[in-house]
Amino acid sequence: MAERAGTGAAGSDAAPAARVEMRCSGSGGQGILLAAAIIAEAAAALGRRVVQTQSYGPEARGGASKAEVIIASEPIDYPEVQHPDVSLVLSQAAYDKYAADTRPGGLLIYDSGLVEPDPADESVVRCGLPFTQAASDELGKKVVTNIVALGALVAVSGALPAAAVLEAVVSRVPPRFRELNEQAFVLGLRLGEEALAMLATSSAARTS
Amino acid sequence: MSALVDEQLLEAAPTGDPKLPRIKPHTTTEIKQHLRSAKTLWCPGCSNGTITRALIDAVLGLEIDPEKVVVVAGIGCSGRISAYLDYSTVHTAHGRALPVATGIKAADPSLHVIVAMGDGDSSAIGGNHFIHAARRNIDLTALVFNNSIYGMTGGQMSPTTHLGDKSTTSVYGNVEPAFDLCELAHAAGATYVARGTSWGYQQLVNVLAGGIAHSGFSMVEAMAICPVYYGRFNLTSDPAEFLKSQKEHAVPVDKFDEGETRSHDHYPVGLLHHRERREYVTALRSLRERAQEAHNG
Amino acid sequence: MTTPTSTAVPAATRRAVLLQGNEAVAEGAIAAGARFFAGYPITPSTEIAEVLSRRLPEVGGTFIQMEDEIAGIAAVCGASLAGTKALTATSGPGFSLMQEMIGFATMAQIPCVVVDVMRGGPSTGLPTEPAQGDVMQARWGTHGEHSVIALVPSSVEECYTLTVEAFNLSEQYRTPVIILSDALIGHMREAVVLPEPGTLRIAERGTPDCEPDEYDTVTSTLDNILPRPPLGSPFRVHVTGLVYNRRSGAPDTSDPAAAADLGRYLREKIYHHRDAIVRVEEVEMHGAEVAIFAYGSVARSAMAVVRKLRAEGVPVGLVRPITLWPFPTLAVDRMAEQVRTVIVPEMNIRQMSWEVQAAVRGRAKVIDYGRVDGKLITPDEILELVKPEFYYHSWEDA
Repeated sequence: MAERAGTGAAGSDAAPAARVEMRCSGSGGQGILLAAAIIAEAAAALGRRVVQTQSYGPEARGGASKAEVIIASEPIDYPEVQHPDVSLVLSQAAYDKYAADTRPGGLLIYDSGLVEPDPADESVVRCGLPFTQAASDELGKKVVTNIVALGALVAVSGALPAAAVLEAVVSRVPPRFRELNEQAFVLGLRLGEEALAMLATSSAARTS
Repeated sequence: MSALVDEQLLEAAPTGDPKLPRIKPHTTTEIKQHLRSAKTLWCPGCSNGTITRALIDAVLGLEIDPEKVVVVAGIGCSGRISAYLDYSTVHTAHGRALPVATGIKAADPSLHVIVAMGDGDSSAIGGNHFIHAARRNIDLTALVFNNSIYGMTGGQMSPTTHLGDKSTTSVYGNVEPAFDLCELAHAAGATYVARGTSWGYQQLVNVLAGGIAHSGFSMVEAMAICPVYYGRFNLTSDPAEFLKSQKEHAVPVDKFDEGETRSHDHYPVGLLHHRERREYVTALRSLRERAQEAHNG
Repeated sequence: MTTPTSTAVPAATRRAVLLQGNEAVAEGAIAAGARFFAGYPITPSTEIAEVLSRRLPEVGGTFIQMEDEIAGIAAVCGASLAGTKALTATSGPGFSLMQEMIGFATMAQIPCVVVDVMRGGPSTGLPTEPAQGDVMQARWGTHGEHSVIALVPSSVEECYTLTVEAFNLSEQYRTPVIILSDALIGHMREAVVLPEPGTLRIAERGTPDCEPDEYDTVTSTLDNILPRPPLGSPFRVHVTGLVYNRRSGAPDTSDPAAAADLGRYLREKIYHHRDAIVRVEEVEMHGAEVAIFAYGSVARSAMAVVRKLRAEGVPVGLVRPITLWPFPTLAVDRMAEQVRTVIVPEMNIRQMSWEVQAAVRGRAKVIDYGRVDGKLITPDEILELVKPEFYYHSWEDA
């Protein structure tokens, strides 16, 4: 997965992986489900096989919820994600509940302002970025945190071409919020690309 | 008083008291043309036959095409009317006549849908459906045969059994107060509420005809007599005597003071409440037009 | 929690669209010609109501949110009697409330579709988590002797196609048809290619081939189930939940022979056509020594196991009932004659496995495996059940 994180730059035209499992988690109201649905929509538009599931409590706000996406080239039988290749975590409660499932060597992307990961966990590639703060500081709207995070996820994981995901973002939001969401996605891409460069450097430093 | 919020936003132009249709009674031969069978399972002395005749008289008097009349009934003595009338008829489950009728009217607004229910049907097991049909103001005519008892099952108390009354499940006297079904309908938003008795036949025909002609949820309470159970336990098992008591208890609405206390032996009859406001199926039609416009345009 | 809904299915393009199971049910209903929905919101079925509240008026139909589930199915019966294809959707507790009127619709032979998106229970249970605890409620939930048709989708695509099928069966056999979805399938999104509108078989309700005054004299037979004219037609039909004379339609509760005739007819009109109604998918059953009998979302886990083991040369097959009721006796017979073991994983405790066991009649070993914690049975769990059946296989390599 670290390799995929390294080679999957945004817009990469490398052959898609045979199967990628992703999990977005956070608390109700953070737009986790929408982020996962957008990834799935983009994958469907690209002709990939895709299944998106979700699990949430009775709360519309708060709690720990997750939404998962499997993108594959073969039929997807069992539809749930047990050990995600990519985990996006937007709250501490979600981290505590779900992060440990991430496949060893997988990618853990989290909101560095809201989540304090276990420093001892070396099994995954960690990528903490201040999604909520960036959304608030640069766009003045915390509500698009999920789209910022989505942009970063696309940039760092390289699971899907950024243009396809942006198209799905646009199709999913009402016209009057289109520009804001485009900006949020581009902001996320930029944060992700910067993080990717740092990951590559540190990985090179570690292997040399 | 109506229990609806924002009712004034729904109201169409207010109308004065409508002139109740005055229906000329029809001959038995004419009446029989609207019956599949004149043989019923109702007990001798039961008033359900009278109420059934009043309904046919009203339909005949309004000159409605019988093919466009649908009678939906619940379960109980009153429900059996569905098998006797020669219209399209549905004998549903206990208490479910109103929601079934709601589906019929919404699917085919050209039909005149009359809903025959008993007091238990409309205010006990089907009480929830009753208040919501009234709230929606869907164009149905609810005809409630109120005999203050469960006749079909052998004389148990109902929500309109009066305080202190005896029944096979209130042998020590009923400790629950009774519903005034007309006030219940009015509070829930019914736009036409009337009461008649099996004694006052012509008035019953007229208020029924007014209810059928009204566009919106109309409720006609027909005060029925059940000499076999209610009468025998509480008043008299003699049908004639029972009927005469209705004459004494019923007071024409214009002679009934607003402040007067209503009771089982003193209640107003006639057209009690009437207003015009947007009818539900009409509202659904305009909703559909808006949706189609947004969808296609 | 409301979920984002996708836009309407584009009619012109046939590329894959991402659709939620519940959305697919709603779109399938519209494709089948349904123009009436009445129901009451309940998780995890609510999206069906939400989508239809928007879509039905667009296509000239009617959506009504009723005061409870009883009223929902009652209004559906009414709309169907007035000549409109109609459906309702609910989940466990609401399905329980609907049972009375499902019985009425069965007795009065009213075509309609009831979607039960199963969740954990009894009572409020696990509102957002899947279960398969209503499979017996679908069969025996309403009172008295009756027949029933119930279909179980395993994918979003089947949520669409089986809804169309459910309407066809309900019209053809004049009976309520139940779709047993679950919280997982209902909320899952999949990329699906929907069939071209013209390619679907849509059963329309006919009118009887006789004059109104002859209507009382024509009788449906098992092979010729006559349509009922709509209310408000010159036929002036009488519809009743009482036992009625099957020829005249008139209520008749005093004649035991008439009651027996109707009772047997209502049962036989489904069972007589069992072979035409029942659909079963058999996967990798050729040479299979062990079969997994699984339905709905659990069949997906079973499918993953079958694919994996067949690739390793282990002879395991899948029997997946698409029609759960009437029970697929013929397929189970074939399976029982062939395999030595049948594994029945389900998200309940032994509800269908009892039925399988009864049909297998000792010809094979039946292993049941149930889970009622709101979690889908995983392929690994099923694999662990299969392994001992092939003790000679070198599982270390697996």
